[in-house]
Formats: sequence, C-alpha cells, structure tokens
Amino acid sequence: MWEYTNQVMEHFERPRNVGVVARIDGEGQVGSLSCGDALRLTIQVDKDKDLIEDAKFQTFGCASAIASSSALTEMIKGRTLEQALSITNQDIADYLGGLPREKMHCSVLGQEALEAAVANYRGEKPKALEGQIICECFGVTDVEIERVVKTNRLTTVEEITQFTKAGGGCGKCVEKIEALLNKILKKTATPGNGQKPGGRLTTLKRIKLIEDAIANQIAPALMRDGGDIELVDVDGPTVYVTLKGTCASCPSSKRTLADFVTERLRALVDSDIVVRERRPE
Amino acid sequence: MRTIYFDNNATTAVDPQVLEAMLPFFQGLYGNPSSMHHKGGEVAAALRQARQQLADLLGCEPGEIIYTSCGTESDNTAMWSALRTQPDKKHLITSRVEHSAIINNAAFLRRLGYQVTEVGVDRDGLLNLSQLEKALTPDTALVSLLWANNETGVLFPVEDVARLCSEKGIVFHTDAVQAVGKIPINLKASKIDMLSLAGHKLHAPKGIGALYVRKGLKFAPFMIGGHQEGGRRGGTENTPYIVGLGVAARLAGERLPEENTRVKALRDRLEAGLLKIPYAMVNGHRTIRLPNTTNISFEYIEGESILFHLSHAGICASSGSACTSGSLEPSHVLRAMGVPFTAAHGSIRLSLGVTNTDDEVDEALKIFPEVVAKLRELSPFWKDDGPVQESELLSCEDNNCQICN
Repeated sequence: MWEYTNQVMEHFERPRNVGVVARIDGEGQVGSLSCGDALRLTIQVDKDKDLIEDAKFQTFGCASAIASSSALTEMIKGRTLEQALSITNQDIADYLGGLPREKMHCSVLGQEALEAAVANYRGEKPKALEGQIICECFGVTDVEIERVVKTNRLTTVEEITQFTKAGGGCGKCVEKIEALLNKILKKTATPGNGQKPGGRLTTLKRIKLIEDAIANQIAPALMRDGGDIELVDVDGPTVYVTLKGTCASCPSSKRTLADFVTERLRALVDSDIVVRERRPE
Repeated sequence: MRTIYFDNNATTAVDPQVLEAMLPFFQGLYGNPSSMHHKGGEVAAALRQARQQLADLLGCEPGEIIYTSCGTESDNTAMWSALRTQPDKKHLITSRVEHSAIINNAAFLRRLGYQVTEVGVDRDGLLNLSQLEKALTPDTALVSLLWANNETGVLFPVEDVARLCSEKGIVFHTDAVQAVGKIPINLKASKIDMLSLAGHKLHAPKGIGALYVRKGLKFAPFMIGGHQEGGRRGGTENTPYIVGLGVAARLAGERLPEENTRVKALRDRLEAGLLKIPYAMVNGHRTIRLPNTTNISFEYIEGESILFHLSHAGICASSGSACTSGSLEPSHVLRAMGVPFTAAHGSIRLSLGVTNTDDEVDEALKIFPEVVAKLRELSPFWKDDGPVQESELLSCEDNNCQICN
C-alpha cells in the first residue's frame, strides 16, 4: 500500500472545489482516460485585477491525482495569474506533505493543467505541448522533461518516469530519455551547482567520482538491459572498463555503450575523459 | 469498523487449526528431522504425515512433493529443471497472462538465447489452444501455463495441454497457486509433469510452497545442498510450516465442496448485484472460472481510488489499474484480453473465501454503488448519469498512443 500523508488522504476523501466554475474564462485539460489519469481544470478570472476568482476541477485518477487537483485549486484561488504560474509541481507536493516518488507525476499533472488553463484564458498555446514528443505512450515532450528535471533536480531516467511517466509504457524511448537527460545534465553541470565539484580534481577525488558514477548511474542503466560494466583502471584522463553480460559479445551495442559511458562520465566527472574498453582476461 | 475481506487471491488468513498444529514445532518439537535420535524422529514422523496430507489433496504420491519457500520458488525450480535436464532444447512456451515469476524468467531466458512463445488469450481470457498446438516443435523443452488466473479466475485447459505435451515428449508445468484448494485436482489421472502451489493461498502461512514432480521425470535441483527432499531441494526442512501446510491441505480438501457451492453462490450474488451499477462489466469467462473470483470494471473511474474508498468502508479488494500495479500500465492480463483501457483502469478483483458470509455480500452491495457514484461525480468523463460523449480527454492528443494501439 502506498504511504500517503494524512493531507493526501484528507484531500482525497474530501476533495475541495469539485466541478466546473460558473463562468469558464480558462480551461485546461491534461492526461487522458487511456493514460490512467486525466484532469480538467476551469478558472474564473477577475479581468481587471488579473486574479483567479474561482477554480474547480474534475479528475479521473488515483488518490494522489485527486488530492493534487484539490490542493491545486486551493493554492490558486485568490492569487493573481502570475502568482499562480509560479507554483511548481514540488509546491503542490509540499502542500500535501509530500507524495511517494512514484506518484510525483500527479503533481506535474496539476501544474500542467494550471498552465494550460491560463494559456487558454490568454489565448496562447500551452507550454507543455511545445517541443518534440519523446514518450509516445504518454505523450511527453522534451520540454516537459527538461523542466521537470531542472525543477526537481532529477538525475536518473527512473526519476523522470516517476515524475512524468515518460518511459513507463513500452520502454522504447528510454534511450532517448537517457540521451536527453545527459544533455540537460551537461548543460546544467557548471562548476559549483552541485552536479560536479568545482575546481581542479585531485587524482583521488577523480577516481572516487568515476567509481561512484559507474556504480550508481552507469552500471544500473546497463543492468536494466542485461549488461554490466566493471571499472578496471584509471590512468590520467583514460578510464579502462570491461563490458559484461549480453552487451559484451555484440560489436554494435558495444560502440553505443562506449559512447554512452563516455558521455555519462564526461557529464558527471570531467569533460576530458576518454573511455577504453579492456577485454576480460 | 468491521473488515470485509474479499482479497483471498492475494493471500488468506491462517486457519486457527493450522496455527494450532504448527505451534508445538516452535517449542518442544524442535528437532531436525534428519537427526538420528528421538527428537529428530518425532519431527520426521510429523513431516511424513504432512506430506501425505498434501499428496491426498493433489491425488499424487508423497514422494512426488518437494517443499519450497513459496510459489515463485516452485515456478523457478520447475522452469530451470526442465531446461537443464534437456540442454539441447532451446524453446519454451508459456502464455501472455502468466504470473510474474514465469514472465520475468521467460524474459531473462530470451536474453540468454532461448526462444519463447507466449500464447495469447481471447476477449474472455481463454487460451488460444490452436496457437499453442502450432507452437509445439521438436525443440520445445517446456510448456508452462497458469491453471487458474489470479486476476480473473479464468481456467486454462491444463489437463488437455498436458496430454498433448505428453504425446510429444514435452515437459508440462502448471502454476496452480490459485487453483489448489478451489477446484478438484487429481494428478494421478493427469499427464501434468510439474505443478506449483503456495501455502498462503489456502490458509497456511506465507513462506511455504511446494512443487509436484511426477515420479520418473528427470529433475535438476534449483537449490543445491543436502539430501533433504530426496536431494531435490537442499536446506533444513521448514518443519512448522510444512506441518501447517499439511493441515491446510486437509482442510482445503474437506472444504472443496463448500468452496464450489456456498462460496460460489456468494460470488455470483455479489457479481450480479454489482452489475446493476451502470457501465460495469465482468472481465473473464463467466463459467470457465474459479468459483471464488470475479473481476469487474467500473468504467470512467480509476481502480486505486475505488480501493481506497472501499478500504475506508472496510472492504479489502484489489485492482488491475496502473496505479496499483506499481507500474504505469494497467494489468498485463487485462491488456492481453483486449479489455479497453477505459475499463482496465477501473477494474476491481474480488476474491472470496470460506470465511465470507451473506451479510458481508449485502453490506458490500450497499457500499459499492456509493463509492462508484462518488468517484464518477469527480470524473471529467461523467456527467449526470452517463459518460460525457465529447471529451477531448477520452482519447490521446494525437491518437498515436501505443498503449491504445
């Protein structure tokens, strides 16, 4: 059973602001019946003050989806549009005392519905629909993924799935998500922002970082596909690894893998890293 | 608040008689059955009796039973034994609606280079027998099928398939975890080679399972160790639990007629009552099915929400919705059957047992319509007393969604 907070259960059992507002000035519909959760948010706007006078929701989904929708309406009522738009999915989760990681996508659903409703009121195109579709199963775009990664400081594909559902269907897009994640992490990985330690790396620190990156990020990703990796040696910028499991015998997968390992190590440790494969003896 | 437990396919309560029989084996009867002294001897005698009790329920010989820790271990043992005793054969057949123990092994074997055929089912969840027949080849090492589906209760014709396999010299295994104790089983009269069961589905505790292995079948142990279980499963016997499973098997045999009359009648009345709720439908064949299980979809609402409201009112059930499966997609069983997503997300499994009563069914029939109505009031797909016809949310934005296609 999920560990829901009392606030989640309270909002699920007694949801606030259910229905449709008296005068629909803006409307946002996100999710779909086939995806397993869907939210319709309607807002009534005081046009002079740019203020959300009333907000109501209708939600198809699990307890946390209903609670997130209910919380959202409470959070935006009486706020100006600008104030409302500054609400992130994390704010919605915080309002409910937190959500299980696997359910964070419910809070993202709320944020997207709000943006869609405001965009609809302003006659604009909703942000979430911009960009390229990465996950076809759940219709998630690169723009959505990038924002969620940045707002919530995500570092793994698994987290992206928990927050957006992307990659949680047929799984065909996992590689695309991985590549996108690497790109985003690289972009944000300037010294001092917590992604990569700033300043010059001592040899010891450098090896430790390489070990961590391989053990905690690269190996788990390979193991999902039946492969594995072992760190053999580090010599200056060159990192020697052995590829194992199902990937070890396939020349083409090896090349992609070497690229993948290089990219990850460069993003996580140092941009001048070179990866060499060493065959098991 | 009283609990109405309609989740007996998930697990069952340990029967008081089972517990009572087990307790002495934690205290005075602590001997190791292999020991050559009276403390060992008294326990060995109790194990012999327990093994006989389980053999009686299955209609087999005591020596054909190997105790394991759970249904999953039994499934793993069966699968790997069949493959390791026939190293030249690289093909196995299973179905699309199996338990994860079989599905995930099959996926792993595929990566190791085995060929795996997953036979489909029809809209009622019945096995596509002709597809299976066509898939049998001289390279086929094993056919493994669920006897009774845990989600829908639908039964596969495992005895027919076993006969077919036997004629072609193919090993046949069935995961009968949900079937044992609910339908009559007589292995002597069947051609089944291996059968998995789990104690906790028939009022024994969690942590004990068994694998039937037909006498004479080549066998390779999964757990390599001592001489226990005739050298077929190493590890000191879990004596209290084996004794518990023996008593549970005896009780299951005694209660089998009740399971198929009184419990079945309760299930049927519950199901008929729930079908009066609009836009409700049963998933799975209505007669080729376990007597205790019904799987019903309430369209336009989501399963986890239904479960929480039911639980709040005291009813324990389970769902095939995405949110409860821990994955993001609804049950693979319902998807294999082609149950539309609109229904799969709102599917509820109710599995009854001998402890359930008429009163509980009455109570549930009062609670369910309220829960469904409450959630439909929240649903963007529902207005007044029917679905919203023109909702953008009803389909995916670009209709390109792989889940629907």
